Amino acid sequence: MALDRWVALVLLGICMAYGYTAWFTMDATLPPIMKRLAVWPSSFPKVLSIVGIILCLIVLSGIEKGEEKIGDIDYRRLGDYHLGQALALLGLMVAYALLLRPAGFILATSGFLIGGSVLLGERRWITMIVVAGIATLGIWYLVQEVLGIFLRPLPFFMGV
Amino acid sequence: MLEGILLGLSTALSVQNLLMVIGGCLIGTFIGMLPGLGPMSIIAIMIPVAITIGDPSTALILLAGVYYGAIFGGSTSSILLNAPGVAGTVATSFDGYPMARKGKAGKALTIAAIASFAGGTIGALLLMIFAPMLSTVALLFHSAEYFALMIVGLSAIAAFAGTGQVSKALLMTVLGLIMATVGETAQFNAPRFTMGLMDLQSGFGFITLAMAMFALPEALYLVLNPSRSSQGKSGEIKDLRITRDEAKKITPVIGRQSIQGFFIGVLPGAGATIASFLGYAVERNIANADEQKEFGDGSVKGLAAPETANNAACTGSFVPLLTLGIPGSGTTAILLGALIALNVTPGPRLMVDDPQIFWSVIISMYIGNVILLILNLPLIPYIAKVLAVPRNFLIPFILFFTLMGAYIGQNNSTELLILVGFGVCATILKFADYPLAPLLIGFILGTMLEDNFARSMNLYDGASFIWDRPMTLGLLVISVLLVVFPSYRARRAKARAAGIADGD
Repeated sequence: MALDRWVALVLLGICMAYGYTAWFTMDATLPPIMKRLAVWPSSFPKVLSIVGIILCLIVLSGIEKGEEKIGDIDYRRLGDYHLGQALALLGLMVAYALLLRPAGFILATSGFLIGGSVLLGERRWITMIVVAGIATLGIWYLVQEVLGIFLRPLPFFMGV
Repeated sequence: MLEGILLGLSTALSVQNLLMVIGGCLIGTFIGMLPGLGPMSIIAIMIPVAITIGDPSTALILLAGVYYGAIFGGSTSSILLNAPGVAGTVATSFDGYPMARKGKAGKALTIAAIASFAGGTIGALLLMIFAPMLSTVALLFHSAEYFALMIVGLSAIAAFAGTGQVSKALLMTVLGLIMATVGETAQFNAPRFTMGLMDLQSGFGFITLAMAMFALPEALYLVLNPSRSSQGKSGEIKDLRITRDEAKKITPVIGRQSIQGFFIGVLPGAGATIASFLGYAVERNIANADEQKEFGDGSVKGLAAPETANNAACTGSFVPLLTLGIPGSGTTAILLGALIALNVTPGPRLMVDDPQIFWSVIISMYIGNVILLILNLPLIPYIAKVLAVPRNFLIPFILFFTLMGAYIGQNNSTELLILVGFGVCATILKFADYPLAPLLIGFILGTMLEDNFARSMNLYDGASFIWDRPMTLGLLVISVLLVVFPSYRARRAKARAAGIADGD
């Protein structure tokens, strides 16, 4: 089965869970006064769940068959691409998300920029550190001072 | 109209707004030139900046400048590197790249700039004429018609998705609508579908979703497949001048394509990409035999046609956004989200309530076009140096800017995890050839669609508004036809082709 139909299968599951919530569990918590209205919080989701399920089934059954098109990246040969690098960068983004608050903006961001370059195979350490340092401080200044959005610069144990 | 223009001039010509246009165009050109980053990603990245500015006119002027700049930058990388950053400039590379290889890169860039300028300017002129007319009509619409009109818009987007893609595009739209129902709504004041998570109480963040749908998958594609960002030698760019003969050749092309491109842009879902391909095809068909041979081999007409058409279409796509509040493309959907965040509701009332926003955007379109022509063109050889930035440095920065955009909007690091999660989902959807723009448009229209639906249901105490109001019924019938007709035709064409094959 091609990937697009697997995706449709997953989406079918999502639509069914969504539909189950809309049809069977949501209305129980509705206050009696709201029940007099012509439209309930669950009305629109009910319609959407049915349309969604029908569309998932159409894609899944392959009624509307377009010619097989291979995009810029052929997922069947995913191993031929730099999959490891992509996954490592995603991991780095998650680490950044988790560390941004505790480690402070400056440490987390320069670490992210340097780490990203290293993951992509860059080894010119001095250039990397200089570029990351200038960019981090510049962006911190812009966001904090020009846009006025608070970003804690330093790690949590060093004050602010 | 005259007082409108004067109002627009007085707003757009303030020092701050002029700087915004210039800055926006430069940033747009700069980033738009990088292969793989289209206007949608750039605008998504710029939104937090625009929202912090606070003044809706200034913010919209900045974003519109970025949009134009990105389209122009995209054509530059198409011409110089044969690496279109945007789908709308793919047709530009058909004739632009051969010209550059013949050593006429400077000439090709000039033609692209002039064609873009003319397309954008004529488009803005048409926008000035048609938008007020359309919004007068739109004032007669009730919530029932709005509901129906949004359905038409959503199904038109699916209908233009191409053969074999209609059901996928519709599925994505519905998924966007489903995502829009998460969180609290104005109508009911109770959280829905939050799965008990406090972070989802206010729904999914629009900027996070925009970044996850466009910027992140593009960046991941660049990582996965380095040849996408292959940096060929950009070559020397000199001799920007074009001859009188060439000017004579492209003038009628520009005239025709500005008008055609504009009207294609007005249609929801069609947009710059279809306009540019159609413009190229039309011009090739009506050219005489000698010129036809040149197409694909460095024809000036073949370069001018898609360039004019895509810029005119970009302007045209502002018509449904500004008059009906319905975005016709991914980019205008992002602009709509930004406007709503700035407490402006685009729609027919915009011209009555906030005329300065409407007119200043139009005036800034002219200014933006002039700036692209006189400022960017001479700077292009220098701006093209950005193509020499190694991808090892570029990609971490792109990723960092998507993270920053999502973080600044909400000041919440959970948003970053949601961004990465959705980004991975969006990349998988992209692998599977699902269009992503319908999802975002569905997400943005979802709340409005439900509000109008609920309002008309309450007014008519049931679904009777569908058959009681002829205009609503008519619009809904149109939307059904829009979906059914292309798939029916595709099936019939396929059946016929299969039949012929069987006959052999």
